[in-house]
Amino acid sequence: MFAEFGHFALVTAFAIAICQSVIPLYGYFTQQDTLIATAKPLALLQGFALAVSFAVLMHGFLVHDFSISYVANNSNLYLPWYFRLSAVWGAHEGSLLLWALILAVWGVAVSLFSRGIPDEMASLVLSVLGMIGIGFIAFMLFTSNPFERLLPFAPANGQDLNPLLQDPGLIFHPPMLYMGYVGLSVAYAFAMAALIAGRLDATWARWSRPWTTIAWSFLTFGIALGSWWAYYELGWGGWWFWDPVENASLIPWLVATALMHSLAVTEKRGLFRSWTVLLAIAAFSLSLLGTFLVRSGVLTSVHAFANDPERGVFILGFLIVVIGGSLTLYAIRAAAVSEPGRFGWLSRESWLLFNNLILTVMAISVLLGTLYPLLVDSLGGGKVSVGPPFFNAVFVPLTAILVSFMVFGPLTSWQQMKDTRQYRPLIVAGLVSVIAGLVWPTQMLGAYSIASALGTVLALWLALGTVIDIRQRILEYGSVRVMSRKVGAGFFGMWTAHIGVAVTIFGVAMVENHTEHRDLRMGPGDVQALGPYEVRFIQLEKIQGPNYVADRVTFEVWEGTRLYQAVMPEKRLYNASQMVMTEAAIDPGFTRDLYIALGEPLGDGDWAVRLSIKPFVDWIWAGSFLMGFGGIVAITDRRYRRVRARKAALLEDRVAPA
Amino acid sequence: MRRMLLWLPLAIFGILAVFFFRGLSLDPNAQPSALIGRTLPAFQLMELHTGAMLTEADLPSGPYLLNVWASWCITCQVEHPYLTELSKTLPVVGLNYKDQRTAAQNWLAKLGDPYVLHLFDDSGQLGLDLGVAGAPETFVVDASGVIRARIQGEVNVRAFEREIAPVLAAGGSR
Repeated sequence: MFAEFGHFALVTAFAIAICQSVIPLYGYFTQQDTLIATAKPLALLQGFALAVSFAVLMHGFLVHDFSISYVANNSNLYLPWYFRLSAVWGAHEGSLLLWALILAVWGVAVSLFSRGIPDEMASLVLSVLGMIGIGFIAFMLFTSNPFERLLPFAPANGQDLNPLLQDPGLIFHPPMLYMGYVGLSVAYAFAMAALIAGRLDATWARWSRPWTTIAWSFLTFGIALGSWWAYYELGWGGWWFWDPVENASLIPWLVATALMHSLAVTEKRGLFRSWTVLLAIAAFSLSLLGTFLVRSGVLTSVHAFANDPERGVFILGFLIVVIGGSLTLYAIRAAAVSEPGRFGWLSRESWLLFNNLILTVMAISVLLGTLYPLLVDSLGGGKVSVGPPFFNAVFVPLTAILVSFMVFGPLTSWQQMKDTRQYRPLIVAGLVSVIAGLVWPTQMLGAYSIASALGTVLALWLALGTVIDIRQRILEYGSVRVMSRKVGAGFFGMWTAHIGVAVTIFGVAMVENHTEHRDLRMGPGDVQALGPYEVRFIQLEKIQGPNYVADRVTFEVWEGTRLYQAVMPEKRLYNASQMVMTEAAIDPGFTRDLYIALGEPLGDGDWAVRLSIKPFVDWIWAGSFLMGFGGIVAITDRRYRRVRARKAALLEDRVAPA
Repeated sequence: MRRMLLWLPLAIFGILAVFFFRGLSLDPNAQPSALIGRTLPAFQLMELHTGAMLTEADLPSGPYLLNVWASWCITCQVEHPYLTELSKTLPVVGLNYKDQRTAAQNWLAKLGDPYVLHLFDDSGQLGLDLGVAGAPETFVVDASGVIRARIQGEVNVRAFEREIAPVLAAGGSR
């Protein structure tokens, strides 16, 4: 009976979502404050109902209720408890429930932290969020119910969670990614509310800025975790595969990055309004599109766990309503937006405008590269695939241009740059970077590579440029203390994130150009040289895991005559699914990762072994972490709270006279 | 002019939506089965109950369905009522796959027997030749004995309309 409570809670959440989207909207148009005021409590209620529903599904996994079809398909008696919990979002139905729950959590957050925003505005935002909620809950209830029972024959044991997903990375990656994806719905809802209310102004930009930034941070963390997980779990040692699903998360990320920067211009200067709204719509629409591409079976990928055309039709319909509806509203309302103010060619506005152009071109390129196979196929051209060469050819030059904007932009003043002498240190830093960057690859393993030099130049220039920017500000304000009070957390966030970009670029350039990589046949007693190390195959053993059996090889890594480390990669055979998984042995380090993975057994106790040294690979994720962290720093900026404080003061004033 | 430009994003999305709709009807995983368009591979298998030897010559003159099933297969129980219904109008050959004889016989005795012919493939030999990935799996064979479609998983109304009905509508042979 218990699972039915979850189903019931889901239906309740559906009903609440309908109320949440209709009542405040009606209240807004008829100017009835009591109806407008229902938005916040309804959002809280919806969050509660979905939390109950989610908890019930978790309970089903914990107690092995295999009469729930979803549990039977994705769990097993021998699955450890923490993977049973993360299995809740390990497949289609449950991850949708997580989606809906997170959407509701964002709704709860908006209703709790929007005291600085007029009630009617907040209620419009919540109403739009409610509409999105309706779509997702309906999707679950009508096509992918996670509480569906397998009756009367409940299996005695489940089919087990996909072994690929039995990994700590999965516990965090999807929730983070969804926080990001779904968080963009808040920026979208703000944009829609502004369009409905007809007030696309700087205030609107300031309201939606922190929400956009925090969603972007989550998206950054989510993508980075996914990439890290692919690196150590898929067993190929790559960190990005241009897989359609990875692209589906990268496209909204690129657009959200553009949106963050465009919002800055709209808030500070009141410009680019219509463009900013379009980006806000695009960022969330592209998240939805990503969901559509993954869930409908339109594209194949390692992530496509639920291919079902019926679901595809539903999502496509939903997509047409959400995206088509908002773009129609945009076309009607944005016409009334005038763009006051002007800016000179050499101004922060124009640097940010170009930044937006580049990021948009990047996003469109990834989108085209991802959709091209589908377009060709639907025109009858057969199956084709677009590989990394296309994406690399697009991304490398665009990143180079983008970095130069990132160097000059922050040091440029709004409206018109009057004193270009401030650029001099940046140009000097550029020259230093070119020299250092050209020399650097000679210090690395492998052949000299111009791509590696380019990456080093860009990363160094960006890092130096950011430091110069910080120094100029300190000089401007006289001391570090005054500066940090004056510029606000937003700048610190930006600096952190920009340094993060430099770190990631450097990591990518090193891994892509200086990885030492060998596929070998090795048996007990064999020794192979790998960079400065010697790798010895010591022994092979069979081990028994909780829900798998594995071949485990012990390798000793020697540095000259000193034993550096013993590592034990595994090849696991999962009992229930009979899937074979590679558990690579990775020795992470600041300047390189040592990566050893088992391939196939070759007979006579010999194995195909993959040995690699991946220089600076962890910098990729360290940089991403800095970017995401920068976003979090930025939203602590006083001015977002000041609005609230001012409002509170206003209320006190009203009460005080008595 | 500017007003027109504002409609551009919607227009672009509209075009994309048309492609997506078309994309839904294309299956990216569709690996056209090597057997579609061919006759069944030759085989020599025992009859489930009697143990008599059966070959491809004993198959009905189509159209018919070849249903791969086993007593250990839960989805086979799910599709069983629908398959029984179908068997009233369309002959269904049962290929008992990697199963034990008594378990299979009990299963049929308990749930009912929709099959006109029982092939007993305990070693999975014919299953291998057919490229069976797991039970249940159903092959649609037309009047001339040529395999026209392959259904992986449950046979239900949807599978019938999509895979079986077109073959029957074409007079069972194309």
